[in-house]
Amino acid sequence: MNLHKRLACRRMANSAPLRPEMLSPQPVENNQTTGPAAVASPIPDSAGSGEFADSIFKFLMLLCGLSVLGTLGLIVYELVLRSGASWHAFGFKFFVGHDWDPVSDQFGALPFIYGTLVSSFLALVIAVPLSIGVAVFTTEMCPRKLRGPLSFFVELLAAIPSVVYGLWAIFVLVPILSNYVEPFLGKTLGWSGFFDGPPYGISMLAAGIILAIMIIPIISSITREVLAVVPQHQREAALALGATRWEMIRVGVLRNARAGIMGGIILGLGRALGETMAVTMVIGNRPDIAKSLFAPGYTMASVLANEFSEATGDLYLSSLIEIGLALFLVTIVVNALARVLVWTVTGSQPTRANA
Amino acid sequence: MPDTGKAAAFTTVPPISLRRRVTNYVMTGASVGAVIVVMLPLFAIFAYLILKGIGSINLAFLTQIPKPVGESGGGMANAIVGSAFILALASILGVPIGVGAGIYVAEYGRNRFGDVIRFTADVLNGVPSIVIGIVAYSLVVLYQKHFSALAGGVALAIMMIPTITRTTEDMLLLVPQALREAAYGLGVPRWRTTLSIVLRTATSGVITGIMLAFARVAGETAPLLFTAFGNQFWNLHANQPTAALPLQIFNYAISPYDEWHQQAWAGALVLIILIVSAVSAVRYAVRRGTFGAA
Repeated sequence: MNLHKRLACRRMANSAPLRPEMLSPQPVENNQTTGPAAVASPIPDSAGSGEFADSIFKFLMLLCGLSVLGTLGLIVYELVLRSGASWHAFGFKFFVGHDWDPVSDQFGALPFIYGTLVSSFLALVIAVPLSIGVAVFTTEMCPRKLRGPLSFFVELLAAIPSVVYGLWAIFVLVPILSNYVEPFLGKTLGWSGFFDGPPYGISMLAAGIILAIMIIPIISSITREVLAVVPQHQREAALALGATRWEMIRVGVLRNARAGIMGGIILGLGRALGETMAVTMVIGNRPDIAKSLFAPGYTMASVLANEFSEATGDLYLSSLIEIGLALFLVTIVVNALARVLVWTVTGSQPTRANA
Repeated sequence: MPDTGKAAAFTTVPPISLRRRVTNYVMTGASVGAVIVVMLPLFAIFAYLILKGIGSINLAFLTQIPKPVGESGGGMANAIVGSAFILALASILGVPIGVGAGIYVAEYGRNRFGDVIRFTADVLNGVPSIVIGIVAYSLVVLYQKHFSALAGGVALAIMMIPTITRTTEDMLLLVPQALREAAYGLGVPRWRTTLSIVLRTATSGVITGIMLAFARVAGETAPLLFTAFGNQFWNLHANQPTAALPLQIFNYAISPYDEWHQQAWAGALVLIILIVSAVSAVRYAVRRGTFGAA
């Protein structure tokens, strides 16, 4: 058991006796009766019926537990089964082909894989330094009074539905990008080829930025949890050796927490890879591989959102489901990796990870 | 530069070099800067939601169904009710299973098999919502041969279960062992102890977990795209396509009509208000009923 839970347990144990109704035999008067024997005599002599009810209850709960396993099994089964046609038609070439032509039944997923990877990577590049900055500020520098509201506000960002992010991105972010940011980047960094072309706003860059805004709460809240479990004496030791505050943070705090921070980053990546609505609304939805971030792109999740309900033909549908299967496998690997990393540091699952 | 004065007094300690001091200031500034940069979009989003949303909310928006393109007026009443309907279906399916699985893992699952369920729930939690949509499509829509509210409910239920399972487990584990032992000592059978003592003690925490899962799926759009599908008219049949607020926001936002954009903002504001008020109403009710452990 980790520290959090132990402390919480102690808190619970202390407060529990304050509720007399829990300790009194009142619950026995509830309307759910075990059977006449349990009510009639103070000492239940029909151990058999109690055991029977117990085993039924355990069985029911087991069914619920099994249905969690079953759901995952069902997801894998359905995805594998229904992507079979596409796998037979294209084999591994599906993932390296870059033609996406429903009319002539030619399907290659490379533009979508590229779009997912680039937009998520871009989001990480923007979000990681900002999230770590926010986490460091809240745990190490912030006046105590500000700490609560600050984490509350950052977590509020996580509660906004992604379609609302998309709405905001279309009408606020994209115009700002096309009027100010993209022309500026084009002028100053256009030579690199990454910021080239007409500044329409709807672009890979817009998708990366909105994804970054969406994953900052995840990365920063996990980083904050991880920084909080770094032992205080590490900080004191660094300060005693004459470190400045930043040196203390770098040597005493960040270095100790790096595995957990890495876990938070990867968890953010997992979210970014699977994020659908906001990206679909601003990325432009064109299955091209372009070097410039100003060009429109397409992601695996977006193509599912846009084309799945209109897919005609079995091979088309099957190809889309194969993209879904690929997305599923990638996010599972990424999430499992992240959890292992976070577990090694905090000893439990980060509670707000997917909130 | 307060450090130089001190350093002069203790001659054995060398003064902190300019480079280290500058780095310290720069990095402190960078952290503060990061907070400001992160706060800006948050405030911008809320400001736009409120400014643009309030202007478009009126009685018609809350009581009428959408008008055809070109006609002004109309509202999203059917989408609001449709969302509530789909969420009710999802909760009916998802909450009992999620809580049950949480009870199993907490009370009977302190072993290898419990770890497997726990890990599976974590994995399920990370599955992209659009993939869940595909699964609900092939499980329900392909058998029914048409889109339906039920399919949307199944998709959202699948998303709720892992969150509820994990929070329920965490909350049940917080209940002190002594309480269980006290109940056993009074001759209360184990199932009864679990339901009337352990679960009851942890009620407020469990419900907080349920509301967390609810709030998470209430704004989901991706899994509804090809399950509930959307509808321009009233529908309260579980086996018919049904409008949902997030879907309507999405469709209106990507449309080329200004009037629809206005409605999308209003819809987004209503959606957030509904989520926040549902969550806080339940939490308030729970807190008044029992003590506020969570």
